[in-house]
Amino acid sequence: MSILGSLDWNDIFIVPFFTDPSLSTGIAAGAGGIVVLGALAVMVLLTVKGWWKPLWSNWITTLDHKKIGVIYIVLALIMLIRGVLEAVVMRAQQVSPAPGFLSVEHHAELFSTHGTIMIFFVAMPFLTGVINVVMPLQIGARDMEFPFMNAVSLWLSIGGAALVMASLVVGHFETGGWTAYPPYTGIKLSPNEGVDYWIWSLGLTSVGSTLSGINFLVTIYKQRAPGMKLFDMSIFAWATLCTAILMIFAMMPLTVASLMLALDRQAGFHFFTATQGGNMMNFANMFWLFGHPEVYILILPAFGVFSEVIPTFSGKKIYGYTSLVWATIAIAVLSFTVWVHHFFTMGQTAHLNAIFGIATMTIGVPTGVKVFNWMLTMWRGKLRFSTAMLFSTGFIFTFVIGGITGVMLANPTIDFATHNSLFLVAHFHNMLIPGLLFGMFAAVNYWFPLCFGFRLDEKWGRRSFWLWMIGFYGAFMPLYAIGLMGAPRRMAFFTEPAYFPWLVIAMLGALCVLAGLTAQIIQVWVSVKNRESLMVPAGDPWDGRGIEWSLGCPVPEYDFSTIPAMTSREPWVDAKEAGKRVMDPTEFVDIHLPKPTGMPFLVGLVATLFAFAMIFQMWLIAAVGFVAMWVLVLIRSYDTDWEETVTAEELREGYEAHKRVVESTPQIRLDDEFTTKNRGLIMETQV
Amino acid sequence: MSNTGAAHAASHDHGHHDKTGTVIFGFWIFLMSDLIAFSLMIANYADAEWHGIANGPSPHELFSLGLPTIETMALLISTFTFGICTLGMKYGASMKRTVGWLVVTLALGAIFLGIELYEFHEFWTEGNTPQVSGFLTAYYSLVGLHGLHVTSGIIWGILLMVQMKTFGMNDLIKSRLVRLGLFWHMLDIVWIALFTKVYLMGVL
Repeated sequence: MSILGSLDWNDIFIVPFFTDPSLSTGIAAGAGGIVVLGALAVMVLLTVKGWWKPLWSNWITTLDHKKIGVIYIVLALIMLIRGVLEAVVMRAQQVSPAPGFLSVEHHAELFSTHGTIMIFFVAMPFLTGVINVVMPLQIGARDMEFPFMNAVSLWLSIGGAALVMASLVVGHFETGGWTAYPPYTGIKLSPNEGVDYWIWSLGLTSVGSTLSGINFLVTIYKQRAPGMKLFDMSIFAWATLCTAILMIFAMMPLTVASLMLALDRQAGFHFFTATQGGNMMNFANMFWLFGHPEVYILILPAFGVFSEVIPTFSGKKIYGYTSLVWATIAIAVLSFTVWVHHFFTMGQTAHLNAIFGIATMTIGVPTGVKVFNWMLTMWRGKLRFSTAMLFSTGFIFTFVIGGITGVMLANPTIDFATHNSLFLVAHFHNMLIPGLLFGMFAAVNYWFPLCFGFRLDEKWGRRSFWLWMIGFYGAFMPLYAIGLMGAPRRMAFFTEPAYFPWLVIAMLGALCVLAGLTAQIIQVWVSVKNRESLMVPAGDPWDGRGIEWSLGCPVPEYDFSTIPAMTSREPWVDAKEAGKRVMDPTEFVDIHLPKPTGMPFLVGLVATLFAFAMIFQMWLIAAVGFVAMWVLVLIRSYDTDWEETVTAEELREGYEAHKRVVESTPQIRLDDEFTTKNRGLIMETQV
Repeated sequence: MSNTGAAHAASHDHGHHDKTGTVIFGFWIFLMSDLIAFSLMIANYADAEWHGIANGPSPHELFSLGLPTIETMALLISTFTFGICTLGMKYGASMKRTVGWLVVTLALGAIFLGIELYEFHEFWTEGNTPQVSGFLTAYYSLVGLHGLHVTSGIIWGILLMVQMKTFGMNDLIKSRLVRLGLFWHMLDIVWIALFTKVYLMGVL
């Protein structure tokens, strides 16, 4: 076997178009071309603007949790663009006359990459990024507990995403959906490298997520500001803690299941081949032992965001803090008890189905507690509909519909009628778009000033909200309808005329979502252009409640000049009510920050090369890559000079400088918070 | 706001605050996620052991207790010697002693691994490869995964001895040795489960 393994000319994206010209291969070639040209364009831009060096020294080598968080979010947004575009192409396919313009195979690749990307390379990096930025600031920490490992997690995730992008240019992706069930994904039925792309891109990112989970958990346990008890933490930090536990325990089943699949495919093992004593149900069990908690990994951070945004923009304390915390814990625990509802129809006994059906419905109870908590927080509050608040309230309305259809599906008898239909597709999009994306959009709009020092443009933010909201209803309510009429999912085309009008509405909805995404890109563009007038150097532009708002915007690299003394659950609110505009410092002491290093990037790069080599069976290169990865870790283990000092004097200067900015910033009324008068630090209690 | 937190704050973020405890806690958590992998492999094995024999041998036909018992003894003793190694380090034993006990531990680990590989080789040459049945797939993967861990433990130990030479017994090295110890003890506990499930229950 050659050193290049199974790679050959036909794997290059443009070649199939020449050997078999059609609209389908043309679209594939075009998509590959966009990736290649996009990469080239970025490189040219970086060279022309001379940005390589700042990119390397400020971003690629950074160990600062805020910057790592921003990179995660950028990754999520880039992948979101691809995911939404794929959705639009699939919707267009289904409204064009049968059999549509895509080959069946190509359509299967589209829904597989769409699902894989949206879960692993949009949702996961998005929430990991938001947690990275916000959680340490909310618990009074200076960084993640393991900043180096944090950067390694980041670059492993980016490596996984890069592999999915590479599949557009070199070879094929998998065609068996984001769940990749064998036997279809076994070597007999899926002989090309598609499934291997799925296995190894997920392999990289799930190792990254496991490490992130460990990092979040240890940070929360060990780095809370002195005096902060667990039940003093913000709800977002609680959501992070529960998410971290889910990440630590749930990612491993996915890693194990996908490696087993890899052994079955490449080494002739029989984990999942029924004829040789394997059992494919073990794949389903392990996949959903990961997959179901995964749903809550995705949703809990968004719940955390809503629990921060809604009190702020209602001008009230969160209603029922303790019940919200216990609801979060209950959801995290219950999430491990329901996985079998993903295969009610695969032949287990009615008793088992009944047990898992009831367990599933139980999750509705703590979730309901949360919804009521948010509503009662708003009750008699002074509501201000910022973009973040719009996404949060839009979520409540929309998510409840998804919750109700979820309880319907939790009933095994109903599930027998609706499984594998578009009703199910509508249901999980109904959970994840409001329950994850809206949460993350709210988070970005809300916390953006902490990272960049200026607010995002509200006008375009609101436009994006309405387009997303209308687009969501347009795209998914029709799927509920035709799902109940019997339309199966994952179909390359439909011939039933009754579905057609609904599919047209869904198509328009998808276009509306695309417009919403475009509005968000415009929002960022406009905000960057007008950043001078959107600056909020004094910090706290929304009359916020968490201690992250006691800092100036953007937050300095060391986060806190002194670690805040926690005397209550909301010390920043107490300080403001006592008429203070900066929190009293505790004691200035020298601190140490990790030095920037390119090592995590190199580890990620080598790991990605290793995974790529595994996909195309280049065993020699894979072995070299694997060893190189560990050699890099070994080299790092010799590095003892990895911290740099920030002196107490610098911290004091930073504090004094922030204080001067705050004192020179005029107080404004809450009604002016979305205007250019807002330079930070609204003092509603004072006006 | 009062300054009640100041004393705490000072101890919290002064200088190179001692991260040893935190790092070990983090490693503990990692080991728990690793245990999930072993649990899943054991569950998979328990399923394949009954239903996955296909045309291959059954556990009863394949296993005997002789070599696995010696193997188990080697590993159990190695976890004991590792205990002596770390306890000695705690109570100020010389570097020579610490390294000595580590060498004994790793050598016992190597004996364990050697017997395991010998057994694999025997089965393999008899035609009982992992490609024969779901049961054999599960067997090689489960025991092999553990063996892979032992191998990494041995490599880690050797590299650590080199670092002991370079750095001397500083806090960093001590913390690494404690983590290797945790890893090693976990492998021992996992092996007890494997030995019981695979060999004892397979033979009985």
